[in-house]
Amino acid sequence: MKTHHLVFIAALAAAIALPFVYRDPYHLHLLVLILIWSFAYTSWSIMGRFGLVSLGHGGFMGVGAYVTALLWNHLGVSPWIGIPLAMAAAGLLAIVVGYPCFRFRITGHYFVLVTLALSGIVLQVITATRDYTGGSLGYTPDRATSGRQLLALQFDDKVTWYFIALFIWLLGLLIWRAIDRSMARHAMEAISEDEDAAAAVGVNVTAEKLKITVLSALMTALAGALYCQYQMFISPDTVSGISVSLQMVFAAIVGGLYVALGPTVGAIITILLAETLRIGFGTNAVGWDNLVYGVLLVLFIIFLPQGILGSLTARLKRRPTLKSARLKPQR
Amino acid sequence: MQAFLDIFDIYLLEAVINGILLGGVLALLALGLNLIFGVIDVTWICYAELVMIGMYGMYYLVQVFGVPYWAAAPLVILLVAFLGAALHYLVIAPLLTAPPINQLLATGGVLFILQSFATVAFGIDFRNLGIRLPVLVLGDMNFSYARLLSFAAALFGMVAVYLFMTRTFTGTAIRAISQDRQIMPLMGVDARRIYLITSALGGALAGLAACLLVLQYDVHPFVGLSFGPITFLICVLGGLGNFFGGFIASFVFAEIISLGGLFSDLEWGYVLAFAFFIVMMFIRPAGLLARRR
Repeated sequence: MKTHHLVFIAALAAAIALPFVYRDPYHLHLLVLILIWSFAYTSWSIMGRFGLVSLGHGGFMGVGAYVTALLWNHLGVSPWIGIPLAMAAAGLLAIVVGYPCFRFRITGHYFVLVTLALSGIVLQVITATRDYTGGSLGYTPDRATSGRQLLALQFDDKVTWYFIALFIWLLGLLIWRAIDRSMARHAMEAISEDEDAAAAVGVNVTAEKLKITVLSALMTALAGALYCQYQMFISPDTVSGISVSLQMVFAAIVGGLYVALGPTVGAIITILLAETLRIGFGTNAVGWDNLVYGVLLVLFIIFLPQGILGSLTARLKRRPTLKSARLKPQR
Repeated sequence: MQAFLDIFDIYLLEAVINGILLGGVLALLALGLNLIFGVIDVTWICYAELVMIGMYGMYYLVQVFGVPYWAAAPLVILLVAFLGAALHYLVIAPLLTAPPINQLLATGGVLFILQSFATVAFGIDFRNLGIRLPVLVLGDMNFSYARLLSFAAALFGMVAVYLFMTRTFTGTAIRAISQDRQIMPLMGVDARRIYLITSALGGALAGLAACLLVLQYDVHPFVGLSFGPITFLICVLGGLGNFFGGFIASFVFAEIISLGGLFSDLEWGYVLAFAFFIVMMFIRPAGLLARRR
């Protein structure tokens, strides 16, 4: 067992022990948010690190959150069944959009624009079906009667949510690790270098890209559904649309796309930043956090494209910057 | 005429013609985006947000400072042209050698900046010019002058760009550089200057679109989201950088939105347009006009 394994296990043990010693609800709330969003950012990075830049993840997240909530409110379907259904819906959406994109070599700019339109369209659908979804006013899952809270996946205490979020976050890291060690990673790296060459050595380009996209969409939908269950309020702007997609990209890039914990670092930075601004500016904060986000995003892409953690680890290991460790064009 | 009207539902005809009128403005937006892409090889994700800033410019000039519409429009076009040039100079130029995805995401950051700047500076209220143009009644059909004017101005803008690109030295240089990025600097064309001019031109088109859209729609910080995605779809469907393809695709999409809006809500028109787009990707993956090129 290597040292960094021990460090990680020690940190994890500390994270599990934390709520038993420290229970400030506000800080726990921040931690839950950070963990859930970390999972969402990780799921974006799983495909983003291979140059598959999607701005459609706001759409997947919106599907995850709204399908779960709608099934519960209108049909009384428990989120335990609703969340898998919502994930399946997001996966299906990913296939419907992803398959023609990958089959017909829609890459680079084109892929970004198509996925960008996807998240815009999901936002429009949620707004258009305002009779069911509440439109831009937002939507609240019905409160479960007491005794049915487990069935409804609604918990009042933050500690339960902390453990759920911790579990999900860990799951995200494990998926990352599994991909990192799989053949799919090599295939995807080959594809991101040169699609034709990858196809020539026997990589099924369409299938590999579709696999990773669907996996990423499933995870994002799960993140959206959990966010909805935790916050008990969703609106098109907080779980879907272009700004959510860009927020994911921003956090992943700030933290570092190419390291497993990068998206987590990104989530910590972005959420703490948003909270600090919110407290600092009070009710005038509307807009300021995104303004700072935007400026930082531009600065990061110009000066630090590997992200904070990525640059740190690269510097610590003193290895020359890998050629592949940049956001690569797909041609 | 009467026999003709018996066959065609009057509302259908009205929707079709309104679709064509909408297509003009969409074509203007697509032209600006295509121009930037064709010449600089960059996609401005924040293009619709530039339009939004222009719409606020019109609102403040006309409503707050009392400048007449015809005098405010050139000022706004200049303002957005300047914004376009600044965007290129500050964000794109340092990233010219970076991977294209980085450039794209940087403009995504600018989208955040512009949206939240508008939220902070102007608030989230819906605002409009308060100009009510008369409605043209033709038979039983109603057409707002705002739409007719927009269509005419959009066509005028496109013709002006066409003349600029074909009849002037700078325009020729722009077209040349979009054909071969490496060779033209060797022929004595200053690529940086051309890029800056193209960005300003793209911004000016966004500014013109803003002057026209503000006649028909209320402005709020997120107004860009309602026509930004559709512009991107148009450009991809027409083939990025393909001016004529973008022009055709604009009218196809405008018809879908307009007819979709006739039978249901406007939002469903957008959804229909997206579904159409997905289907088209299967049929013509490289864009509408791919086979003719």
